[in-house]
Amino acid sequence: MTTGAARAERMPVAQQAQALNWLRRIPLHAAVVAICAVWLLPALGLLISSLRPASLVATTGWWTALSPPLRFTLDNYQQVLTSNNMGQSFVNSLLITIPATVMPLLVAAYAAYAFAWMRFPGRDWLFLAVVGLLVVPLQMTLIPVLRLMTALGLTGTFPAVWLAHSGYGLPFAIYLLRNFFVSLPSEMLESAQIDGAGHWTAFFRLVLPTSVPAVASLAIFQFMWVWNDLLVALVYLGGQPSVAPMTVTIGNLVNSLGQGWQLLTAAAFISMLLPLAFFVALRRYFVQGILAGSVKG
Amino acid sequence: MTDRVTLALIAVFGVPLLLIAYITASEWLLGLLRIRRHDAIRPWLWLGPALALLALFLVYPALNTAYISLLNAGSQHFVGLANYRFVFTDATMLLALRNNAIWLVLFTALVVVFGLATAVLTDRVRYGSLAQALILLPMAVSFVAAGVIWRFMYDFRPAGAAQTGAVNAVLTALLPGFTPQAWLINQPGNTVALILAAVWSWTGFAMVVLYAGLKSIPHEVLEAARVDGAGEWRILARVIVPLLRSTILVVATVMIVTALKAFDIVYVMTNGNYGTEVIANRMYKEMFSVQDFGRASSIAVILLLAIIPVMLFNLGRFRSQGSN
Repeated sequence: MTTGAARAERMPVAQQAQALNWLRRIPLHAAVVAICAVWLLPALGLLISSLRPASLVATTGWWTALSPPLRFTLDNYQQVLTSNNMGQSFVNSLLITIPATVMPLLVAAYAAYAFAWMRFPGRDWLFLAVVGLLVVPLQMTLIPVLRLMTALGLTGTFPAVWLAHSGYGLPFAIYLLRNFFVSLPSEMLESAQIDGAGHWTAFFRLVLPTSVPAVASLAIFQFMWVWNDLLVALVYLGGQPSVAPMTVTIGNLVNSLGQGWQLLTAAAFISMLLPLAFFVALRRYFVQGILAGSVKG
Repeated sequence: MTDRVTLALIAVFGVPLLLIAYITASEWLLGLLRIRRHDAIRPWLWLGPALALLALFLVYPALNTAYISLLNAGSQHFVGLANYRFVFTDATMLLALRNNAIWLVLFTALVVVFGLATAVLTDRVRYGSLAQALILLPMAVSFVAAGVIWRFMYDFRPAGAAQTGAVNAVLTALLPGFTPQAWLINQPGNTVALILAAVWSWTGFAMVVLYAGLKSIPHEVLEAARVDGAGEWRILARVIVPLLRSTILVVATVMIVTALKAFDIVYVMTNGNYGTEVIANRMYKEMFSVQDFGRASSIAVILLLAIIPVMLFNLGRFRSQGSN
């Protein structure tokens, strides 16, 4: 261990050390800037290409668009939204994602409240069993659930994916919310009960409002999960354009357009708009959602 | 059109209202009962919707899939372990298993290494938070969109023509005599090309988790090592990595599960052609193109068996951490 005296001896050379230190940090800055460039450029290339005329996209690299003559256009967006079904797919994605986020959140919150604040036989075992369901990959469920949906006449309809996403999202949501609810001060709920408030009031007036950070993180996590999902939508909705979310439509466009980069990039960018807005506006909850999500494989 | 408006209203207002109405009605009925058994019935009313959804969409299907995996293509009769024999002998399945093994090792290693590197590096510069935002950004992008982005990055034009894909353009400009490559077609490098696209997507996740761990290391520990004259590399190897061991393990296990389940990126970029097949994509094909539900189910069971030990390890770790 170095003592204070030894530190004092270094003081005279501090200035020199600072200059040396600055030189030494050049590779550090170079590395950080290089990594940022590698991570940003692919997305930047996508955005720029989506704004270029088709003839140029097919013959020159997107980076040439940055030198004059500048030729940008919104035609690709117009075309992809109207004739390639991306406009309807955007609405479909919203119609799928909103209920598929709200439903598992509310259902999980009810269950988590029961697990955290009610006494009943087998409670802890049941909770453990629910958490244990996290190991089941959704591939394990596709065929029986598809048969079930077909039997109920739900295949190719939005409720099919609302229900499926709710089921798949529950183990993680219950796990996260129960752990958060348990950490709330018990005095809070006891005093509510002394005041004669029932469980309904305790849940909606006390527990939910105080759990906003956890609920918000979970909501963003589930929203992103569903919004970006391809497999569940492919299997239960089929390929019909009238119900296809953007991920499915883009997957089809990749097959049919192949090299139509100006349209593919525009379509991909439209699908990124909402998540990016969330990312910029709610980064704190976004990061918390990711951190919490590290148990969900 | 009116259909879609109705649907939108149901989607946005109907579903939450229905769920709130359910619990309100349950509590109201419990209040009417006015018996002492309230407390015995109430938890099951609150748990009801969740347990029903879990039973319907996870428990029953998982058991059913295990059973279907022992039946023939159309699930009419019992075939024993024939589907499993197929999984471990068929050439395309073996290829998929091999590719998943490559994904498992390479993807996990690269994400952990890049995640740790970016966490440590961005911690040391003043614009670190901006750099982290950029690296995290791909997490907001769907794998489908990431697939489009990287298909474009890897785009190939014959030598001599102006390259439109950034990877070929950069390499042609930097390396004299480099001939542009069809990255997504040339084997065996194309699987690596797909993995790199996935690494681009997931590094931000690893960085955020590892950065949180890094911040939990007491400042004095690092300071003491520096005062003792340890170089930064030595501190990384001897102090930071050992202290972050459990966090690194969490990231690695999540990545292993991700690698085993890899689907979207492969589906969009190559659809498993040119020797890039993976098991999740193979299962999808067995389901919809071949319509062999027995084989598809046995692939799902293999996937579950591969994931179970990894997830149990992870959950066990979380439980022991929770009790501390």
